[in-house]
Amino acid sequence: MRFLKTLGYVLALPLILVAIWWVSTLGETNFFVPTPALLAEAFAETWLGDRILSDVLPSIGRLVVGVSSAIIFGIVTGLLIGSVKWLRDLTEPVLEFFRAIPPPVLVPVLMLLMGISDSMKVVVIISGCIWPVLLNTIEGVRAIDGVLSDSAHTYGIQGWARVKYLVLPSAGPQIMAGIRQCLSIGLILMVISEMFASSSGLGFAIVQFQRSFAIPEMWSGIVILGLIGVAMSFIFQWTERRVLRWYHGLREVENAI
Amino acid sequence: MQPLTPIFDRHSDRPLADEKSSGPLPLPRSFPGGEKPRPGKMRRSKKQLPGLAGIIGFLLLWELIPRVGVVEPRFLPPASEVIAALITDFSLTAFWVAVGETMLAWAIGLMMAIVLAVVLGFITGSSMVLRKFTNSTVEFLRPIPSVALIPLAVLLFGVKIESTLMLVVYASFWQVFIQVLYGVADVDNVAMQTAKSYGLGTMARVRHVVFPTALPYLMTGIRLAASVALILAITAELVIGSPGLGREIALAQSGGAISGMYALVLATGLIGVVINLVMRFIERKTLSWHSSIRSEAIV
Amino acid sequence: MQSETTPAPAGKTLPGNEAMLSVRNMKKVYKTDGGDIEAVRNLTFDLKAGELACLVGPSGSGKTTLLKCIAGLMAPTEGEVLLDGVKVSGPPKKMAVVFQEYGRSLFPWMRVRENVELPLKNQGVPKAERDRLVDDALEAVGLAHVPQSYPWQLSGGMQQRVAIARAVAYQPEVLLMDEPFAAVDAQTRADLEDLIRTVWRKLGVTVLFVTHDIDESVYLGERVIILSSSPTVIQEDLTIDLPDERDQLNTRSLPRFTELRHHVYEQIQLAKAGHRPTAAAQAGH
Repeated sequence: MRFLKTLGYVLALPLILVAIWWVSTLGETNFFVPTPALLAEAFAETWLGDRILSDVLPSIGRLVVGVSSAIIFGIVTGLLIGSVKWLRDLTEPVLEFFRAIPPPVLVPVLMLLMGISDSMKVVVIISGCIWPVLLNTIEGVRAIDGVLSDSAHTYGIQGWARVKYLVLPSAGPQIMAGIRQCLSIGLILMVISEMFASSSGLGFAIVQFQRSFAIPEMWSGIVILGLIGVAMSFIFQWTERRVLRWYHGLREVENAI
Repeated sequence: MQPLTPIFDRHSDRPLADEKSSGPLPLPRSFPGGEKPRPGKMRRSKKQLPGLAGIIGFLLLWELIPRVGVVEPRFLPPASEVIAALITDFSLTAFWVAVGETMLAWAIGLMMAIVLAVVLGFITGSSMVLRKFTNSTVEFLRPIPSVALIPLAVLLFGVKIESTLMLVVYASFWQVFIQVLYGVADVDNVAMQTAKSYGLGTMARVRHVVFPTALPYLMTGIRLAASVALILAITAELVIGSPGLGREIALAQSGGAISGMYALVLATGLIGVVINLVMRFIERKTLSWHSSIRSEAIV
Repeated sequence: MQSETTPAPAGKTLPGNEAMLSVRNMKKVYKTDGGDIEAVRNLTFDLKAGELACLVGPSGSGKTTLLKCIAGLMAPTEGEVLLDGVKVSGPPKKMAVVFQEYGRSLFPWMRVRENVELPLKNQGVPKAERDRLVDDALEAVGLAHVPQSYPWQLSGGMQQRVAIARAVAYQPEVLLMDEPFAAVDAQTRADLEDLIRTVWRKLGVTVLFVTHDIDESVYLGERVIILSSSPTVIQEDLTIDLPDERDQLNTRSLPRFTELRHHVYEQIQLAKAGHRPTAAAQAGH
């Protein structure tokens, strides 16, 4: 019974919305809004064929490579800068500036520096989404509790052990917040780099559909980008809940006081 | 795209911080995730020196890389040239028109998003049933990247400012909306019941209990939305070609005005920094009554 | 042993090799933007192996500074700390510290058992021995039933027990405690005081217990070192001649307990009023 109720809450609004859409497109044919059936058909035709291999997978591949490099590089550099005070003071304003530059303007810059290629698109993703991870890691490392750090020190926990048992977990909540931003910026940059400078990929395909007024196909492209976004968000939340279980528990306890 | 907790107040090595044997007991549970640095104005000027050195060092490096020939100057002009180009830009009307167009789209889009998000957020947040009812839809719509709407915007509005607005509103709406939901959900039950027992009506309760509780969250949401809005405004101009700095960057690049392009990129970064600073300032001012400015929840 | 310029009184010292822990002419000056702050002026005392000494002083008397210097977390400006004859220049292996802020000294991302085990794991102690040490330590502090909880799921007193268990399992020769019970309620505090006495007697470890609570210092210690107000010197080094078997009810109602408590209280009041001991006063003691 409880389960049915939950299911009802989850499905009710989406079903209502689809129903409204279906009813409103029933009568006349609107040029901009395809019927649900037409969209589903276009989706299957467009994306379940060759395009998976030629457009979808390469795009996702670049996204994964770019985002994971940004995360690894951001965390490693952030650990270094965060642990060395003078380095932190020295680099902070420059890094803050880089973070404030809207990442998409990097697309024309890197096109110029690297030409149009796969590696340029990956570099666009890396150079756009490294900042939140890097700066959040620095901040997380900086904010390690003094008492906790002293405790670790008195028990001789140093070097790599300190990073593993103290620094990384302690900065974990901040790092995860940075990764969340990194993921959404990464997806944006994947699309833009392809819209701007490409002959394949999701972003390119969608712009092509729009330019050739293939409206249902264009919508199906929006849907697939949405699906990728939703999938990434689910993967992130799933991971985050596992990695930071202790943190959510701690916060619950704190909030209960 | 949420900016960091303030960068300028640091308390890494306060000399007497460890002499705490006196006075009231420290809070037993406090943890970095929830801790906020306190402002330390005295030490600021001294602390900014290394940062300044960092900036100068970075500019020198940038100057040297093309001059030594690591990268060809026609791809990456030296810093001095770019800064000169930026200074020239400052004297051009066309530059300020572009800045104005970008900031106009930013401001209108942000305002629309805030109003929409506050209204919908308070309505949805105040009812448990509504929250549950909308949750799955929100969780599905929110992660959709706003750039997915670019083709639709082009189709509907062409290269007009409305295209930019569509992306800006969509992206910034969620930032504020989610924070408002959190804020309204955070309202203390005891405070609510106290208000009820004193006979406060619905509107009075919203005004005196719900709104003050949600305000810190709302401010966080607005600050986040402000930087997201800038990103999307520039993006739309860059990709769609609606008027503003983004379009100028694309034009400069395709027209081979390389120093000009880098100067515009610098300008967008400066605008980003200014927006961050202003938003943090507003947040602090608005919440000065609040003993601890909230740290951002991991959403 | 005393420097000529500052004729500060010294605490009890022991000949050469008998001391487990020696503090010699320790001075600590903090350099700040607003000028130098002298927190500790001159401290000298020895602890013999297996001793339980309490360090008590008025608020702001540099107790924590002293403790941090002893623990090797901070370098003294002048003077030195010797552990078993070896100069302390960083946290020594033979030493464990229990801090006041139990909520911040335990790793919130580790369960109770992992917290206690971590220092041993880091030392490379083999798994079987590690398990035994952790079990024994948890048993000793009465926490054998919660190894899989996270520290923040426990009450304050229990969290401090975890911190004590971690120190015990580490098998230190010297145990430093920095006002460990200042943030727990009175009931729990009495229990924890007895726990410390028990652990100390069972393990034969040398304990230096910092507190601002006069009753606690007299009840726990075999010796109470009273500090002056800052810049800190030793006000008095007092032997507590109470019977070895102590319990909350009887010990605290002994006439001698009251006398000692009274004496320490007076000294602290004097210290607060700014009275500083002279070399002569110390010699007559």
